[in-house]
Amino acid sequence: MRRLRAAAVPYLLILPGGLWLVIFFVIPLIALISLSTQQGDIVDGFTQTFHFANYATAWSNYHQQFLRSLLYGGLATILCIVLAYPMAYWIAFRGGARKSMYLFLILLPFFVSFVLRTVSWQYILGDNGLVLGPLKSAGIFPQGFRVLATGTAVIGGLTYNYLPFMVLPVYVALERIDFRLVEAAQDLYASRAVAFRRVVLPLSLPGLFAGVLLTFVPVAADYVNASLLGGTSNTMVGNIIQDEFLNVQDYPTGSALSFMLMALLLVGMFSYARALGTEEVLEVAAR
Amino acid sequence: MTLPRNSSPTHGRDYSRRNALRLGGLGAAALGLAACGVQGAASSKPTSTKQALSAAQQFWKAQKPTTHINFANWALYIDPSHDTLKQFTAATGITVTYSEVIQDDPSFFAKINPIIRAGQDTGYDIMVMTDGLEFGELVQLGDVTPLDQSKLTNFYKYAGKAYQNRAFDPGNVYSVPWASGSTGIGWNPKYVKTPPTSMADLWNPAYAGHVGMMSDTQEIANFGLIKLGINPETSTENDWKAAAAELLKQKDAHIVRKYYDQGYIDALSKGDIWITMAWSGDIFQQNLSSGTNLQFTVPKEGGTLWTDNMMIPKNAANPVAAMELIDWFYKPEIAALLTEAIEYISPVPSVQDIIKQDAAKAAKPADKQTLLEVADSPLVWVSDADYARLKTYVPITAKTSVAFNSIFQPVVAG
Amino acid sequence: MTTLSSTERPPGASGSPAGSGGPARRGRRRLGDRLLFAYTWAVIIWLALPIGVMIAFSFNNPHGRYNFTWTGFTLKWYGPHLFDYPSLTTAIGNSLIVAASATTGAVILGTLVGLALGKYRFRGLGTANLVQFAAIAAPEIVLASSLLSFFVTLRVPLGLPTIIVAHIMFCLSFVAVTVRARVLTLDRSLEEAARDLGAGAWTTFRLVTLPLIFPGVLAGALLAFAISVDDFVVTSFVAGSQQTFPLWIWSATRNGLPPQVDVLGTLIFVGGLLLVSAATLIGRRRPA
Repeated sequence: MRRLRAAAVPYLLILPGGLWLVIFFVIPLIALISLSTQQGDIVDGFTQTFHFANYATAWSNYHQQFLRSLLYGGLATILCIVLAYPMAYWIAFRGGARKSMYLFLILLPFFVSFVLRTVSWQYILGDNGLVLGPLKSAGIFPQGFRVLATGTAVIGGLTYNYLPFMVLPVYVALERIDFRLVEAAQDLYASRAVAFRRVVLPLSLPGLFAGVLLTFVPVAADYVNASLLGGTSNTMVGNIIQDEFLNVQDYPTGSALSFMLMALLLVGMFSYARALGTEEVLEVAAR
Repeated sequence: MTLPRNSSPTHGRDYSRRNALRLGGLGAAALGLAACGVQGAASSKPTSTKQALSAAQQFWKAQKPTTHINFANWALYIDPSHDTLKQFTAATGITVTYSEVIQDDPSFFAKINPIIRAGQDTGYDIMVMTDGLEFGELVQLGDVTPLDQSKLTNFYKYAGKAYQNRAFDPGNVYSVPWASGSTGIGWNPKYVKTPPTSMADLWNPAYAGHVGMMSDTQEIANFGLIKLGINPETSTENDWKAAAAELLKQKDAHIVRKYYDQGYIDALSKGDIWITMAWSGDIFQQNLSSGTNLQFTVPKEGGTLWTDNMMIPKNAANPVAAMELIDWFYKPEIAALLTEAIEYISPVPSVQDIIKQDAAKAAKPADKQTLLEVADSPLVWVSDADYARLKTYVPITAKTSVAFNSIFQPVVAG
Repeated sequence: MTTLSSTERPPGASGSPAGSGGPARRGRRRLGDRLLFAYTWAVIIWLALPIGVMIAFSFNNPHGRYNFTWTGFTLKWYGPHLFDYPSLTTAIGNSLIVAASATTGAVILGTLVGLALGKYRFRGLGTANLVQFAAIAAPEIVLASSLLSFFVTLRVPLGLPTIIVAHIMFCLSFVAVTVRARVLTLDRSLEEAARDLGAGAWTTFRLVTLPLIFPGVLAGALLAFAISVDDFVVTSFVAGSQQTFPLWIWSATRNGLPPQVDVLGTLIFVGGLLLVSAATLIGRRRPA
């Protein structure tokens, strides 16, 4: 009797939270999938007709934005790696007693609302904003020059907003490395470059992989940066989904796009994790 | 934050197949949900105007007066000092919360429609909607409350005949006009040296990257159609495709910076865009409230003429007070105050004389200047020649809107 | 569990290697270090730039709503003028109500889930982990559009309750993960000792387990609060006609962002820093 009760404990603990996730995460996903094959309009309502052509229409109308999301996501992720790695390396190996201070500084942007710091970039980069305004008055740039409403601005904004998600896992991985290994390699007359390539880099890979997961997925699905910093040819699939749901009320098209996005990203992510053969990637990512 | 290291035993991979099965079971359980659609108007729609009116009478009999109103409107659409509302509160004791929450018709409709469908109060007692697709959809869906005709004393007394009984709302069952205006070309003379005269100026490669267009499909469709010399009112689906192609040309040449909602006015003021589709009165009020020097032109091919209307959303908490405020704006002196501030076309014709009197009375020369400008503005008192050039929106319904949007949505999607 | 954390690491392990290599090599290293040092600081400054702009413009004195060029220093927005926009004040209030409710809900549900996942091995553990992982990893716009589809299909009225419910959903997993991590580091013998001394399950939980996992719960709560207060995407889908602070900023960008937004942003920034500093201090005082 008592053992039975003990066996029930974990289920009882997990029940309320689990139920919550089922009702407000799993079932809504099903509602989304269901809506994606419905037909109708907002006045007559939408009815389930298993109209899978919705997917084809959505793809043919918006594949450009879909592919652009992946492109921007990829570019921003690469930029994040380039910016984050040297920095995480320096903090992990040379940060000394100030490591936590540096990490704290990297997390500073999180204390300002995401929308607000992106708007702040809009002001900094504006055609007559804080940077270009004076430069244009000084005649360095022509009047028509712009940064805002270009792909560069969007990718820059994405990199800015998601950089900490790359720095942290890379830092955690690097920080675990016993520096004596590097010294041992150097004692064996490995050059610094070789020591890095053969010792540090392989040991930091799990962190890097986790960082890629943590940045690529939210970046590819983002629409705030494209909306605030982008222009006509910079919209991403997130903008379209937002538009279909919150402007046009064409729920089926929005649902179809949303489901395709999720399927693509989740499948990509799982096979990526599996290909690397480490559940550790998921473990680190889950943090 | 605690960052665990090497935290857990890994959970076997053999679980995953069983997981998938279990999730599948859950999916089956939720299939009931999958069969559900999103309900439309079938149940709530009144079948005829007459029926709607008699239902309205019963509805209004049951209502009690309240002392507060929530008013949802567009930005730059009322006197900045809110004197029109303050005087209303002084006269009636009814307080008003005025919110500039409408950025364009589709997004506001998309925001309130699910709330009304769920049988709830949107939190707004009056809203201002344009006479386009969403207006028709709101009426068809039964998302709006028919007005209490017995409370529209000022409206029937002072509103111009042209503003009573419009084609989009026969008998003013659901709406009375707030203001009319035109969509034309707004520009900043600091960057645009030759004043624009035609639609072609929005397609001018010299302004590449600094041209603003609107994201509302009905607005932008009109500009494409008018540029091609097609009258939107009688346009066909093939005309729409031609217009979309014209607009795509403009987009693909990287001339358009961005497709805007009312945010275009912010971008125009900052100098991000130099020339843009714009609403006439916005330009005026922006100059008035922020000291900018922006200009407005109706292109020679014509612009769009529209009417924004006050409506009461269904389930509103304060409909009686809302009726009082709606009729309040038809008192000529209040209508004059409003027109002086927003420079849009007033539905009350006698306003012009009042503004002239106000101008004569004005103490400061600057005020006098502004008032005289309004009193003579060709944008507020549209000449017959201009009227002939202005076009209405493409008349679309919920049915035809699917085709319409699938043509124009990809254009503004970017 | 085998790795040492930075504080426990023996000195020298992560410090400068002593004496290996000739002077030339050391010189090159010093140059490399200096470059990396400069690089790190350059990135940090880049990260802080928009925050600096926000703080600076909270002291700007613009004409009208157009706060994008510097027009003079003023402190007036830090006074009663802060509340000039009633809808902004309401939005801030909504944000706090939502974050407080969502944090409370997520902490209660998430702590229980975290305990279960960390302490027990049971059938279904894999499924539980999978669902939770998916909830964290799924792109926000997918969560948002699913929730709206769900609410629209069932005709659930949108408003503060739907925002809170959604926030609990995505904050819950973060709390669970944080608590689970803490539970995994626990010394099980402490609980066993309490049981041996005759404490019941509830007493053991209250007097032993809870204090031990408290830093994890606190960290989870802070994380949940931060995520909830800042959430834009999901909130904008399920908010109906309600506004929170991020939503207000979003709609205000269309008509010019008044300085009040920068002031509130600055206050939240400073408040957040103080809160986290305080939490760090509390965390330090507890047995690790």
